[in-house]
Amino acid sequence: MPLIREIDYGTPESRSEAMVTLTVDGREVTVPEGTSIMRASMEAGIEVPKLCATDMMDAFGSCRLCLVEIDGRNGTPASCTTPVAPGLVVRTQTERLKQIRRGVMELYISDHPLDCLTCAANGDCELQDMAGAVGLRDVRYGYEGENHIRARNNGEANPHWTPKDESNPYFAYDPSKCIVCSRCVRACEEVQGTFALTIEGRGFESRVSAGMHELFIDSECVSCGACVQACPTATLIEKSVIDIGQPEHSVVTTCAYCGVGCSFKAEMRGEELVRMVPWKDGKANRGHSCVKGRFAYGYSTHRDRILNPMIREKITDPWREVTWEEAYAHAASEFRRIQYQYGRDSIGGITSSRCTNEETYLVQKLVRAGFGNNNVDTCARVCHSPTGYGLGQAFGTSAGTQDFDSVEETDVVIIIGANPTDAHPVFGSRLKKRLRQGAKLIVIDPRRIELVSSPHIKAAHHLPLRPGTNVAVITALAHVIVTEGLSDERFIRERCDWAEFEDWAAFVSDPRYSPEATEALTGVPAEAVREAARLFATGGNGSIYYGLGVTEHSQGSTAVMAIANLAMVTGNIGRPGVGVNPLRGQNNVQGSCDMGSFPHELPGYRHISDDATRDVFEKMWGVTLNPEPGLRINNMLDAAVEGSFMGLYIQGEDILQSDPDTKHVSAGLAAMECVVVQDLFLNETARYAHVFLPGSTFLEKDGTFTNAERRINRVRRVMTPRNGFADWQVTQDLARAMGIDWNYSHPSEIMDEIAATTPSFANVSYDYLEEMGSVQWPCNDTHPQGSPIMHVDGFVRGKGKFIRTEYIATDEKTGPRFPLLLTTGRILSQYNVGAQTRRTDNVAWHAEDRLEIHPHDAENRGIRDGDWVRLASRSGETTLRALVTDRVATGVVYTTFHHPDTQANVITTDFSDWATNCPEFKVTAVQVAPSNGPSDWQLEYEDLSRKTRRIAGKLEAAE
Amino acid sequence: MSEENKLVRMANQIAAFFHTQPALDGPQEVADHINKFWEPRMRRALFALVENEGGEGLDGLVRQAVPLIRRPPAEAARGPTTPPPAAG
Repeated sequence: MPLIREIDYGTPESRSEAMVTLTVDGREVTVPEGTSIMRASMEAGIEVPKLCATDMMDAFGSCRLCLVEIDGRNGTPASCTTPVAPGLVVRTQTERLKQIRRGVMELYISDHPLDCLTCAANGDCELQDMAGAVGLRDVRYGYEGENHIRARNNGEANPHWTPKDESNPYFAYDPSKCIVCSRCVRACEEVQGTFALTIEGRGFESRVSAGMHELFIDSECVSCGACVQACPTATLIEKSVIDIGQPEHSVVTTCAYCGVGCSFKAEMRGEELVRMVPWKDGKANRGHSCVKGRFAYGYSTHRDRILNPMIREKITDPWREVTWEEAYAHAASEFRRIQYQYGRDSIGGITSSRCTNEETYLVQKLVRAGFGNNNVDTCARVCHSPTGYGLGQAFGTSAGTQDFDSVEETDVVIIIGANPTDAHPVFGSRLKKRLRQGAKLIVIDPRRIELVSSPHIKAAHHLPLRPGTNVAVITALAHVIVTEGLSDERFIRERCDWAEFEDWAAFVSDPRYSPEATEALTGVPAEAVREAARLFATGGNGSIYYGLGVTEHSQGSTAVMAIANLAMVTGNIGRPGVGVNPLRGQNNVQGSCDMGSFPHELPGYRHISDDATRDVFEKMWGVTLNPEPGLRINNMLDAAVEGSFMGLYIQGEDILQSDPDTKHVSAGLAAMECVVVQDLFLNETARYAHVFLPGSTFLEKDGTFTNAERRINRVRRVMTPRNGFADWQVTQDLARAMGIDWNYSHPSEIMDEIAATTPSFANVSYDYLEEMGSVQWPCNDTHPQGSPIMHVDGFVRGKGKFIRTEYIATDEKTGPRFPLLLTTGRILSQYNVGAQTRRTDNVAWHAEDRLEIHPHDAENRGIRDGDWVRLASRSGETTLRALVTDRVATGVVYTTFHHPDTQANVITTDFSDWATNCPEFKVTAVQVAPSNGPSDWQLEYEDLSRKTRRIAGKLEAAE
Repeated sequence: MSEENKLVRMANQIAAFFHTQPALDGPQEVADHINKFWEPRMRRALFALVENEGGEGLDGLVRQAVPLIRRPPAEAARGPTTPPPAAG
């Protein structure tokens, strides 16, 4: 297993279909028109020396190393900036070129430290490689002159010298090693789109600068690491490489953070992870990453990880470490006892969207085949279950319609209730790139997210709606499109049910849906809605990307249908550049839904009442399946309080922190007699647990994740599980303790079972994934290569279904006691409940959750920036510190939920989506007032937290 | 909020959606939705609410849907299933 060294072609690929043939060093090569001579040479196997060129960015032509000679042309053009032409005869190595290159390298090296042996980039330095490639043997200028290398020259302070910047927790910047190739600056602009870096000064004064000559940590830098990856020297380098040294082998795997599902090379030395480097062949991320995926993996070796199984009788007892056998036996006998005592339906399981497809599949199989009921659910309940329902109704399948590459061909983008630059950063960067090329953007969000206005990005329209009025706004957009005659009638006649369209068109045409009529309740100016609608309907390829700001409402499913209507009425389905794209929150939330994690569905979204589907699984599993839908998470908690649901197996999910109305969740958990938690850490839910089974990280196991574009990506084990077992093994052993004879010896066997039972996965196998890299389901005999775009020739359900989407106000209303609306979201550096990112250096950016409040609302209440405030709703109250900003509108407050002590979900209510019970996280009526410190509940909770985390014989674990 | 009230609210929310739909058979749509997504003890509780307490607070559409909702057996099955034979 060697270190994967990806070929750097020097300049990006040309997409042209016209081909050009030329000769390089006597070899004929045919490439697409627009390709650079540098890239054409590399494709012919000839590496032209280069320093400022790399294929992640456009050619720059500054290093003067890649010069070539072309027959019939004067001079020595740079091969990176010179495009190919038919019949060119190119020479990459001539006497003249050799001399020029050596001269250029001599100048570079005259101002570069000669500490190669002790340099962190030793062995991975392009400057070193080029010195070798051009045969540099001497530096005639000496090293004594003006330089950037030494702090003092001949006893005098050196004005050109700048100290190292080690302020970023993950990488260091050493200006003395910089060759000013601008690769970092261009990576920040072109790949990441943040524009945090620049070259300050001119000529010999030129130096890379973060922001306005700031430290990296104080600048706008988002720590994506694109600059570090681009740097050809040790100027910008991972601190882990400085600490450990160069990696010796690497393994391609998939990030375990958000639903973008970036591919990475895990670069290793032995079993130690040296660094994560985004893989250029990764089709979701195309060689880019964010701060979480690239850097925030330290949790996997954090001292808080629990490595031994534990049990206890009561949650007030200290935990007792036991053997795996004891833990399994205890859990198994408790589950069986509960079933005898309270009935077969009195226990259930929760699958994890953080775990692999194979692990999720096993948990639902354990519930259905082992427990004999269908009480299985997953965290998608609280995020994208309305997507499943809404898109299922409209299109016939519960998934996004596009691949991420599709954004490169879009012309108008609507972003609703999503904040990609924070929550799906790599997609955010890819979108920004397209916007900089001229695509138009419409943002529908109560808050001014970064995409509304940021360097070189300006949304054409921002519709700052009141939380809870998505359906009214989207339906008003449809009203404008239909009444102004902008519908794509040809598409609709061909692809959709015409009668349903006519009914829907009449419905949305009603004057009560005109933007003028809805303005009063949505707060969005009518003219802005009209203009946005016209732009979307007439601006070319229109795509819609949305997130939890759409789904987590009492009308979440209706809003998803409204989005589907909008895409169909404008003909934006079934080709690249268009479509309906739910941005999935967790790495494998798409997969966990696909794998039958919902209580009413077997794998592949087939209802449990369907005899033919049950028959497939009954034959495979050798059991009789219960045809009745099981309980959803919130129903499980209700049933627990009511006394009929007493045992729960939770794999990799922290419902106490992530689910709404914390007091209700804790009451439910407290009522249960056996709660089994399988996790990396003693999470919040574990305080109510009786059995704790240590989990493993994505670095420690084999499997697959399915990202938001339905892409099945391999996860590969790079180190031995610290707890001893991958999570699928733990589930299997628990099942065996319950008398179920499972004998999987590798996750590939589980995937084979999935493929054998689930038509959309029919052709998926580990061998096939190895061959293809990744595939997007459906992948079967009809779509052997997988399906980048869905509904190409027709909808999965046949005809697209237009559905009336009447706006129905939520029951959660503001009033004199609770006059403000709270909505919630995420921040770039932290991930979800923060169990992982809080255990990394990412806390440097977001050490606490803050309450964003508009200056007017703050002033009315006597609140200053940074003050402690009390945040109260009908459900409960908590305290946190205020952040006064006009990013939120008046009447709206906003917070993140990454830290457990914030207790944001004490505030949220138990209102939920009508169709799926997805909680209404995004709208809570609240009041905000100055406060002195933590609420009674927070103190009580802190106390309980301490008591329930004790492990016998150990000092108290610190959070 | 009591579990009963919660059930009423959930049922009424479903009805609220189907009230807005053109479907000729609203009660059937509501019943289908409940049959598809409500676990037996939730449906049992709904029947109990209608039969013992007159279905107080329930939307008219839900009341019309009740006869079309699949009635679960009075009591859930006791005890676990027998462990299945070799599977997997």
